[in-house]
Amino acid sequence: MHISEGVLSAPVLVMGAAITAAGCGIGLKKLDYDRVPQVAILTSAFFVASLVHVPIGPSSVHLVLNGLMGLLLGWPAFPAILIALFLQALLFQFGGITTLGVNTFNMAFPAIICFYLFAYAVKQRNNLISMGAAFACGFFGILLGSFMVAISLVFTGDPFMGIAKVVVIAHLPVMIIEGLITLFSAGFLKKLKPELLEVVHAKR
Amino acid sequence: MVAEEFSSGNSLIHDLDPRIKIIVATLFSIIVAVADRTEVLLLALLFSACCVIVSNLPLIKVIKRLLLVNGFILLLWILLPFTYPGKTLFSLGPLDATVEGIRYALSITIKSNTIILACIALLGTTPIFTLAHALRHLYVPDKLVQLLFFSYRYIHVIYFEYVRLVNAMKIRCFRPRSDLHTYKAYAHLVGMMLLKSYDRSERVYDAMLCRGFKGKFWMLDHFSLKRSDLILFIIMLLSITGLGFLQWGKGLFS
Repeated sequence: MHISEGVLSAPVLVMGAAITAAGCGIGLKKLDYDRVPQVAILTSAFFVASLVHVPIGPSSVHLVLNGLMGLLLGWPAFPAILIALFLQALLFQFGGITTLGVNTFNMAFPAIICFYLFAYAVKQRNNLISMGAAFACGFFGILLGSFMVAISLVFTGDPFMGIAKVVVIAHLPVMIIEGLITLFSAGFLKKLKPELLEVVHAKR
Repeated sequence: MVAEEFSSGNSLIHDLDPRIKIIVATLFSIIVAVADRTEVLLLALLFSACCVIVSNLPLIKVIKRLLLVNGFILLLWILLPFTYPGKTLFSLGPLDATVEGIRYALSITIKSNTIILACIALLGTTPIFTLAHALRHLYVPDKLVQLLFFSYRYIHVIYFEYVRLVNAMKIRCFRPRSDLHTYKAYAHLVGMMLLKSYDRSERVYDAMLCRGFKGKFWMLDHFSLKRSDLILFIIMLLSITGLGFLQWGKGLFS
Protein backbone atom coordinates (compact mmCIF):
# COMPACT_ATOMS: atom_id res chain seq x y z
CA MET A 1 0.00 0.00 0.00
CA HIS A 2 2.93 2.32 0.42
CA ILE A 3 3.93 4.58 -2.38
CA SER A 4 7.65 5.21 -2.27
CA GLU A 5 9.26 8.59 -2.02
CA GLY A 6 9.99 10.41 -5.25
CA VAL A 7 7.27 8.79 -7.34
CA LEU A 8 4.35 11.16 -7.02
CA SER A 9 4.11 14.63 -8.49
CA ALA A 10 4.02 17.80 -6.39
CA PRO A 11 0.27 18.54 -6.71
CA VAL A 12 -0.64 15.02 -5.56
CA LEU A 13 1.76 15.25 -2.62
CA VAL A 14 0.41 18.65 -1.58
CA MET A 15 -3.22 17.55 -1.90
CA GLY A 16 -2.54 14.42 0.17
CA ALA A 17 -0.75 16.38 2.86
CA ALA A 18 -3.51 18.99 3.04
CA ILE A 19 -6.34 16.47 3.33
CA THR A 20 -4.42 14.42 5.86
CA ALA A 21 -3.80 17.53 7.95
CA ALA A 22 -7.51 18.30 7.90
CA GLY A 23 -8.48 14.70 8.71
CA CYS A 24 -6.01 14.55 11.59
CA GLY A 25 -7.35 17.86 12.85
CA ILE A 26 -10.86 16.44 13.02
CA GLY A 27 -9.60 13.16 14.47
CA LEU A 28 -7.63 14.86 17.21
CA LYS A 29 -10.50 17.17 18.03
CA LYS A 30 -12.82 14.21 18.50
CA LEU A 31 -10.22 12.49 20.67
CA ASP A 32 -10.40 13.31 24.35
CA TYR A 33 -7.17 13.62 26.32
CA ASP A 34 -8.18 10.76 28.57
CA ARG A 35 -8.60 8.48 25.54
CA VAL A 36 -5.17 9.20 24.09
CA PRO A 37 -3.45 6.22 25.77
CA GLN A 38 -6.20 3.90 24.59
CA VAL A 39 -6.06 4.98 20.96
CA ALA A 40 -2.26 4.93 21.08
CA ILE A 41 -2.00 1.42 22.48
CA LEU A 42 -4.54 0.17 19.95
CA THR A 43 -2.41 1.88 17.31
CA SER A 44 0.60 -0.11 18.44
CA ALA A 45 -1.51 -3.27 18.33
CA PHE A 46 -2.43 -2.49 14.73
CA PHE A 47 1.21 -1.72 14.00
CA VAL A 48 2.22 -5.15 15.29
CA ALA A 49 -0.68 -6.76 13.40
CA SER A 50 0.68 -5.26 10.21
CA LEU A 51 3.83 -7.32 10.79
CA VAL A 52 1.79 -10.52 10.73
CA HIS A 53 2.11 -12.40 7.47
CA VAL A 54 -0.83 -14.52 6.45
CA PRO A 55 -0.22 -17.28 3.92
CA ILE A 56 -2.08 -17.24 0.64
CA GLY A 57 -1.23 -19.99 -1.80
CA PRO A 58 2.52 -20.11 -2.26
CA SER A 59 3.07 -16.55 -1.07
CA SER A 60 1.96 -14.45 1.90
CA VAL A 61 0.49 -11.04 2.52
CA HIS A 62 0.76 -8.82 5.54
CA LEU A 63 -2.33 -7.52 7.27
CA VAL A 64 -3.40 -3.90 6.85
CA LEU A 65 -6.63 -3.90 8.86
CA ASN A 66 -7.56 -0.32 8.07
CA GLY A 67 -11.22 -1.31 7.92
CA LEU A 68 -11.08 -2.76 11.43
CA MET A 69 -9.16 0.29 12.61
CA GLY A 70 -11.93 2.56 11.34
CA LEU A 71 -14.50 0.32 12.97
CA LEU A 72 -12.85 0.49 16.41
CA LEU A 73 -11.50 4.02 16.40
CA GLY A 74 -13.76 6.18 14.23
CA TRP A 75 -12.27 9.53 13.26
CA PRO A 76 -9.17 9.16 15.48
CA ALA A 77 -8.17 6.42 13.01
CA PHE A 78 -6.78 9.29 10.93
CA PRO A 79 -4.08 10.41 13.39
CA ALA A 80 -3.60 6.78 14.45
CA ILE A 81 -2.77 5.71 10.89
CA LEU A 82 -0.55 8.77 10.49
CA ILE A 83 1.42 7.72 13.56
CA ALA A 84 1.64 4.09 12.44
CA LEU A 85 2.95 5.12 9.01
CA PHE A 86 5.35 7.63 10.54
CA LEU A 87 6.78 4.90 12.75
CA GLN A 88 7.06 2.56 9.76
CA ALA A 89 8.92 5.27 7.88
CA LEU A 90 11.29 5.80 10.80
CA LEU A 91 11.86 2.16 11.68
CA PHE A 92 11.79 0.44 8.30
CA GLN A 93 12.04 3.35 5.82
CA PHE A 94 8.78 2.25 4.17
CA GLY A 95 7.35 5.48 2.81
CA GLY A 96 8.77 8.74 4.03
CA ILE A 97 8.19 12.33 4.94
CA THR A 98 6.86 13.69 1.66
CA THR A 99 4.56 10.75 0.95
CA LEU A 100 3.30 10.55 4.53
CA GLY A 101 0.31 12.72 3.69
CA VAL A 102 -0.78 10.78 0.62
CA ASN A 103 -0.17 7.38 2.17
CA THR A 104 -2.09 8.29 5.32
CA PHE A 105 -5.00 9.63 3.31
CA ASN A 106 -5.06 6.54 1.09
CA MET A 107 -5.44 4.28 4.11
CA ALA A 108 -7.34 6.47 6.56
CA PHE A 109 -10.05 7.71 4.22
CA PRO A 110 -11.31 4.14 3.57
CA ALA A 111 -11.16 3.56 7.32
CA ILE A 112 -13.50 6.49 7.97
CA ILE A 113 -15.82 5.43 5.16
CA CYS A 114 -15.95 1.91 6.60
CA PHE A 115 -16.73 3.38 10.00
CA TYR A 116 -19.73 5.28 8.67
CA LEU A 117 -20.98 2.48 6.44
CA PHE A 118 -20.53 -0.57 8.62
CA ALA A 119 -19.97 0.30 12.29
CA TYR A 120 -23.67 0.38 13.03
CA ALA A 121 -24.41 -2.83 11.15
CA VAL A 122 -21.56 -4.74 12.81
CA LYS A 123 -23.05 -4.05 16.22
CA GLN A 124 -26.44 -5.49 15.23
CA ARG A 125 -27.61 -8.50 17.15
CA ASN A 126 -28.51 -10.39 13.96
CA ASN A 127 -25.47 -12.53 13.30
CA LEU A 128 -25.82 -12.62 9.54
CA ILE A 129 -25.99 -8.84 9.15
CA SER A 130 -23.17 -8.35 11.60
CA MET A 131 -20.90 -10.87 9.90
CA GLY A 132 -21.69 -9.56 6.43
CA ALA A 133 -20.96 -6.01 7.50
CA ALA A 134 -17.67 -7.02 9.13
CA PHE A 135 -16.54 -8.84 5.99
CA ALA A 136 -17.54 -5.88 3.83
CA CYS A 137 -15.66 -3.58 6.18
CA GLY A 138 -12.36 -5.42 5.71
CA PHE A 139 -12.98 -5.92 2.01
CA PHE A 140 -13.85 -2.30 1.24
CA GLY A 141 -11.03 -0.98 3.40
CA ILE A 142 -8.54 -2.53 1.02
CA LEU A 143 -10.60 -2.08 -2.16
CA LEU A 144 -10.98 1.63 -1.59
CA GLY A 145 -7.39 1.90 -0.42
CA SER A 146 -6.01 0.29 -3.56
CA PHE A 147 -8.26 2.50 -5.69
CA MET A 148 -6.89 5.56 -3.94
CA VAL A 149 -3.31 4.40 -4.50
CA ALA A 150 -4.18 3.86 -8.17
CA ILE A 151 -5.75 7.30 -8.42
CA SER A 152 -2.74 9.00 -6.81
CA LEU A 153 -0.53 7.27 -9.37
CA VAL A 154 -2.71 8.16 -12.35
CA PHE A 155 -2.98 11.79 -11.24
CA THR A 156 0.81 11.90 -11.22
CA GLY A 157 1.03 10.92 -14.87
CA ASP A 158 -0.67 8.79 -17.50
CA PRO A 159 2.32 6.43 -17.85
CA PHE A 160 1.42 5.10 -14.40
CA MET A 161 -1.87 3.72 -15.70
CA GLY A 162 -0.41 0.22 -16.11
CA ILE A 163 1.06 0.19 -12.62
CA ALA A 164 -2.17 1.52 -11.16
CA LYS A 165 -4.06 -1.41 -12.69
CA VAL A 166 -1.50 -3.89 -11.36
CA VAL A 167 -1.84 -2.40 -7.87
CA VAL A 168 -5.61 -2.89 -7.82
CA ILE A 169 -5.44 -6.41 -9.25
CA ALA A 170 -2.66 -7.44 -6.89
CA HIS A 171 -4.80 -6.37 -3.95
CA LEU A 172 -7.78 -8.55 -4.93
CA PRO A 173 -6.68 -11.57 -2.85
CA VAL A 174 -5.71 -9.22 -0.01
CA MET A 175 -9.26 -7.85 0.03
CA ILE A 176 -10.74 -11.30 0.57
CA ILE A 177 -8.25 -12.17 3.31
CA GLU A 178 -8.79 -8.85 5.06
CA GLY A 179 -12.52 -9.38 4.80
CA LEU A 180 -12.27 -12.80 6.44
CA ILE A 181 -9.89 -11.63 9.14
CA THR A 182 -12.08 -8.62 9.92
CA LEU A 183 -15.15 -10.85 9.98
CA PHE A 184 -13.67 -13.27 12.51
CA SER A 185 -11.92 -10.68 14.69
CA ALA A 186 -15.02 -8.51 14.87
CA GLY A 187 -17.03 -11.58 15.84
CA PHE A 188 -14.41 -12.49 18.44
CA LEU A 189 -14.42 -9.01 19.94
CA LYS A 190 -18.20 -8.86 19.88
CA LYS A 191 -18.36 -12.01 21.95
CA LEU A 192 -15.57 -11.24 24.39
CA LYS A 193 -15.41 -7.47 24.65
CA PRO A 194 -18.36 -5.76 23.02
CA GLU A 195 -17.42 -2.38 24.48
CA LEU A 196 -14.39 -2.34 22.18
CA LEU A 197 -16.77 -2.01 19.26
CA GLU A 198 -18.28 1.07 20.84
CA VAL A 199 -16.08 3.72 19.34
CA VAL A 200 -13.28 4.42 21.73
CA HIS A 201 -13.23 8.17 21.48
CA ALA A 202 -16.71 8.58 22.93
CA LYS A 203 -16.48 10.28 26.31
CA ARG A 204 -16.56 8.11 29.38
CA MET B 1 12.44 -6.99 14.93
CA VAL B 2 11.24 -3.53 15.86
CA ALA B 3 14.53 -1.88 16.65
CA GLU B 4 16.08 1.47 15.97
CA GLU B 5 19.10 0.00 14.26
CA PHE B 6 20.95 3.19 13.53
CA SER B 7 20.00 5.37 16.47
CA SER B 8 23.02 4.74 18.68
CA GLY B 9 26.40 5.82 17.56
CA ASN B 10 28.98 8.51 17.88
CA SER B 11 29.30 11.00 15.08
CA LEU B 12 28.70 14.59 14.11
CA ILE B 13 25.21 13.74 12.92
CA HIS B 14 24.30 11.69 15.98
CA ASP B 15 25.16 14.70 18.14
CA LEU B 16 23.27 17.16 15.98
CA ASP B 17 20.24 18.83 17.52
CA PRO B 18 17.19 16.70 16.57
CA ARG B 19 15.14 19.78 15.72
CA ILE B 20 17.69 20.66 13.06
CA LYS B 21 17.66 17.10 11.75
CA ILE B 22 13.89 17.12 11.37
CA ILE B 23 13.88 20.48 9.57
CA VAL B 24 16.72 19.53 7.23
CA ALA B 25 15.28 16.10 6.43
CA THR B 26 11.86 17.58 5.66
CA LEU B 27 13.18 20.39 3.44
CA PHE B 28 15.55 18.07 1.64
CA SER B 29 12.88 15.42 1.02
CA ILE B 30 10.49 18.01 -0.39
CA ILE B 31 13.09 19.53 -2.72
CA VAL B 32 14.23 16.14 -4.02
CA ALA B 33 10.69 14.84 -4.42
CA VAL B 34 9.78 17.79 -6.61
CA ALA B 35 13.06 18.23 -8.51
CA ASP B 36 13.42 16.70 -11.96
CA ARG B 37 16.78 17.82 -13.38
CA THR B 38 19.35 15.04 -13.54
CA GLU B 39 22.28 17.09 -12.25
CA VAL B 40 20.21 18.27 -9.26
CA LEU B 41 19.26 14.69 -8.42
CA LEU B 42 22.85 13.48 -8.66
CA LEU B 43 24.05 16.32 -6.42
CA ALA B 44 21.28 15.51 -3.96
CA LEU B 45 22.40 11.88 -3.96
CA LEU B 46 25.91 13.13 -3.18
CA PHE B 47 24.49 15.16 -0.28
CA SER B 48 22.72 12.10 1.16
CA ALA B 49 25.80 9.95 0.67
CA CYS B 50 27.85 12.56 2.53
CA CYS B 51 25.32 12.52 5.37
CA VAL B 52 25.53 8.73 5.60
CA ILE B 53 29.32 8.79 5.57
CA VAL B 54 29.56 11.57 8.16
CA SER B 55 27.11 9.73 10.40
CA ASN B 56 29.48 6.76 10.38
CA LEU B 57 26.77 4.13 9.93
CA PRO B 58 27.58 0.51 9.07
CA LEU B 59 27.41 0.73 5.26
CA ILE B 60 26.43 -2.89 4.68
CA LYS B 61 23.38 -2.53 6.91
CA VAL B 62 22.38 0.68 5.17
CA ILE B 63 22.64 -0.95 1.74
CA LYS B 64 20.66 -3.96 2.91
CA ARG B 65 17.96 -1.62 4.16
CA LEU B 66 17.94 0.21 0.83
CA LEU B 67 17.47 -3.01 -1.13
CA LEU B 68 14.61 -4.06 1.11
CA VAL B 69 12.59 -0.92 0.51
CA ASN B 70 13.08 -0.89 -3.25
CA GLY B 71 10.25 -3.34 -3.96
CA PHE B 72 7.90 -0.72 -5.34
CA ILE B 73 10.70 0.67 -7.47
CA LEU B 74 11.28 -2.80 -8.91
CA LEU B 75 7.64 -2.88 -9.99
CA LEU B 76 8.20 0.47 -11.68
CA TRP B 77 11.17 -0.91 -13.58
CA ILE B 78 9.15 -3.88 -14.79
CA LEU B 79 6.25 -1.80 -16.06
CA LEU B 80 7.28 1.79 -16.71
CA PRO B 81 9.71 1.31 -19.63
CA PHE B 82 7.01 -0.52 -21.58
CA THR B 83 4.11 1.80 -20.84
CA TYR B 84 5.79 5.18 -21.25
CA PRO B 85 5.32 6.68 -24.72
CA GLY B 86 8.50 7.62 -26.59
CA LYS B 87 11.31 6.37 -28.82
CA THR B 88 11.71 2.60 -28.84
CA LEU B 89 14.99 1.34 -27.45
CA PHE B 90 14.44 -2.40 -27.72
CA SER B 91 11.52 -4.78 -28.05
CA LEU B 92 10.53 -7.84 -26.06
CA GLY B 93 7.96 -9.65 -28.15
CA PRO B 94 5.05 -7.24 -28.57
CA LEU B 95 6.40 -4.87 -25.90
CA ASP B 96 8.55 -1.86 -26.73
CA ALA B 97 10.83 -0.37 -24.11
CA THR B 98 11.21 3.36 -24.57
CA VAL B 99 14.20 5.55 -23.82
CA GLU B 100 12.01 8.05 -22.01
CA GLY B 101 10.45 5.31 -19.89
CA ILE B 102 13.83 4.03 -18.76
CA ARG B 103 15.03 7.55 -18.04
CA TYR B 104 11.91 8.22 -15.99
CA ALA B 105 12.27 5.01 -14.00
CA LEU B 106 15.93 5.82 -13.39
CA SER B 107 15.16 9.30 -12.13
CA ILE B 108 12.51 7.95 -9.75
CA THR B 109 14.95 5.34 -8.47
CA ILE B 110 17.57 7.99 -7.73
CA LYS B 111 15.02 10.28 -6.08
CA SER B 112 13.58 7.58 -3.89
CA ASN B 113 16.92 6.24 -2.72
CA THR B 114 18.32 9.72 -2.16
CA ILE B 115 15.46 10.58 0.18
CA ILE B 116 15.67 7.25 1.98
CA LEU B 117 19.42 7.65 2.52
CA ALA B 118 18.98 11.16 3.89
CA CYS B 119 16.24 9.97 6.21
CA ILE B 120 18.34 7.07 7.48
CA ALA B 121 21.26 9.41 8.12
CA LEU B 122 19.26 12.23 9.68
CA LEU B 123 16.19 10.72 11.32
CA GLY B 124 17.41 7.16 11.79
CA THR B 125 20.26 8.45 13.95
CA THR B 126 17.86 9.87 16.53
CA PRO B 127 16.02 7.80 19.12
CA ILE B 128 12.28 8.04 18.47
CA PHE B 129 11.48 9.41 21.92
CA THR B 130 13.93 12.22 21.29
CA LEU B 131 12.28 12.84 17.93
CA ALA B 132 8.89 13.02 19.62
CA HIS B 133 10.30 15.52 22.08
CA ALA B 134 11.78 17.57 19.26
CA LEU B 135 8.51 17.47 17.30
CA ARG B 136 6.74 18.95 20.32
CA HIS B 137 9.31 21.75 20.34
CA LEU B 138 8.55 22.29 16.67
CA TYR B 139 4.88 22.96 17.55
CA VAL B 140 3.40 19.66 16.39
CA PRO B 141 0.03 19.29 18.20
CA ASP B 142 0.31 17.97 21.72
CA LYS B 143 -2.14 15.09 21.28
CA LEU B 144 -0.39 13.87 18.15
CA VAL B 145 2.96 13.75 19.92
CA GLN B 146 1.38 11.94 22.85
CA LEU B 147 -0.06 9.41 20.42
CA LEU B 148 3.36 8.91 18.88
CA PHE B 149 4.98 8.60 22.28
CA PHE B 150 2.52 6.04 23.66
CA SER B 151 2.32 4.00 20.46
CA TYR B 152 6.05 3.62 20.24
CA ARG B 153 6.33 2.93 23.95
CA TYR B 154 3.90 0.02 23.67
CA ILE B 155 4.89 -1.45 20.32
CA HIS B 156 7.54 -3.57 21.98
CA VAL B 157 5.29 -4.69 24.80
CA ILE B 158 2.58 -5.74 22.36
CA TYR B 159 5.09 -7.33 20.06
CA PHE B 160 6.21 -9.60 22.88
CA GLU B 161 2.59 -10.37 23.65
CA TYR B 162 2.17 -11.30 19.99
CA VAL B 163 5.21 -13.56 20.12
CA ARG B 164 3.78 -15.25 23.22
CA LEU B 165 0.48 -15.87 21.47
CA VAL B 166 2.22 -17.23 18.38
CA ASN B 167 4.30 -19.56 20.53
CA ALA B 168 1.14 -20.78 22.21
CA MET B 169 -0.29 -21.51 18.77
CA LYS B 170 2.86 -23.32 17.71
CA ILE B 171 2.83 -25.46 20.83
CA ARG B 172 -0.66 -26.53 19.82
CA CYS B 173 0.69 -27.60 16.42
CA PHE B 174 -0.71 -24.70 14.44
CA ARG B 175 0.62 -24.67 10.87
CA PRO B 176 -0.33 -21.74 8.67
CA ARG B 177 -2.00 -22.88 5.45
CA SER B 178 -4.28 -21.18 2.96
CA ASP B 179 -7.57 -22.26 4.45
CA LEU B 180 -10.40 -20.88 6.49
CA HIS B 181 -9.12 -22.44 9.69
CA THR B 182 -5.83 -20.54 9.37
CA TYR B 183 -7.57 -17.25 8.71
CA LYS B 184 -9.85 -17.80 11.65
CA ALA B 185 -6.89 -18.56 13.89
CA TYR B 186 -5.10 -15.41 12.73
CA ALA B 187 -8.24 -13.36 13.21
CA HIS B 188 -8.54 -14.59 16.77
CA LEU B 189 -4.87 -13.78 17.27
CA VAL B 190 -5.53 -10.23 16.12
CA GLY B 191 -8.67 -10.01 18.23
CA MET B 192 -6.78 -11.25 21.28
CA MET B 193 -4.03 -8.70 20.69
CA LEU B 194 -6.56 -5.88 20.44
CA LEU B 195 -8.37 -7.08 23.53
CA LYS B 196 -5.21 -7.36 25.59
CA SER B 197 -4.02 -3.95 24.40
CA TYR B 198 -7.35 -2.42 25.33
CA ASP B 199 -7.18 -3.87 28.81
CA ARG B 200 -3.59 -2.79 29.13
CA SER B 201 -4.43 0.73 28.07
CA GLU B 202 -7.03 0.95 30.82
CA ARG B 203 -4.49 -0.21 33.39
CA VAL B 204 -1.86 2.19 32.07
CA TYR B 205 -4.24 5.11 32.12
CA ASP B 206 -5.44 4.31 35.64
CA ALA B 207 -1.85 4.08 36.80
CA MET B 208 -1.17 7.46 35.21
CA LEU B 209 -4.19 8.97 36.94
CA CYS B 210 -2.94 7.61 40.26
CA ARG B 211 0.25 9.51 39.66
CA GLY B 212 -1.56 12.76 39.03
CA PHE B 213 -1.68 12.82 35.22
CA LYS B 214 -3.78 15.72 33.96
CA GLY B 215 -3.54 15.23 30.20
CA LYS B 216 -0.28 17.02 29.67
CA PHE B 217 3.31 15.97 29.28
CA TRP B 218 5.56 18.58 30.77
CA MET B 219 8.76 19.17 28.91
CA LEU B 220 11.40 19.51 31.54
CA ASP B 221 14.55 19.57 29.49
CA HIS B 222 14.98 21.75 26.48
CA PHE B 223 17.30 21.42 23.56
CA SER B 224 20.05 23.97 23.27
CA LEU B 225 21.84 24.82 20.08
CA LYS B 226 25.59 24.45 20.18
CA ARG B 227 27.84 26.36 17.84
CA SER B 228 28.66 23.18 15.89
CA ASP B 229 24.91 22.59 15.46
CA LEU B 230 24.47 26.00 13.95
CA ILE B 231 27.42 25.65 11.61
CA LEU B 232 26.23 22.28 10.33
CA PHE B 233 22.69 23.63 10.02
CA ILE B 234 23.87 26.55 7.91
CA ILE B 235 25.98 24.31 5.68
CA MET B 236 23.06 21.94 5.13
CA LEU B 237 20.60 24.75 4.49
CA LEU B 238 22.99 26.32 1.99
CA SER B 239 23.37 23.01 0.13
CA ILE B 240 19.62 22.55 0.00
CA THR B 241 19.12 26.12 -1.20
CA GLY B 242 21.80 25.47 -3.79
CA LEU B 243 19.89 22.43 -5.03
CA GLY B 244 16.70 24.43 -5.26
CA PHE B 245 18.54 27.20 -7.06
CA LEU B 246 20.02 24.78 -9.59
CA GLN B 247 16.58 23.35 -10.23
CA TRP B 248 14.53 26.51 -10.54
CA GLY B 249 17.08 29.35 -10.48
CA LYS B 250 17.41 29.79 -14.23
CA GLY B 251 13.75 30.61 -14.59
CA LEU B 252 14.15 33.43 -12.11
CA PHE B 253 16.57 35.39 -14.25
CA SER B 254 15.52 34.68 -17.81
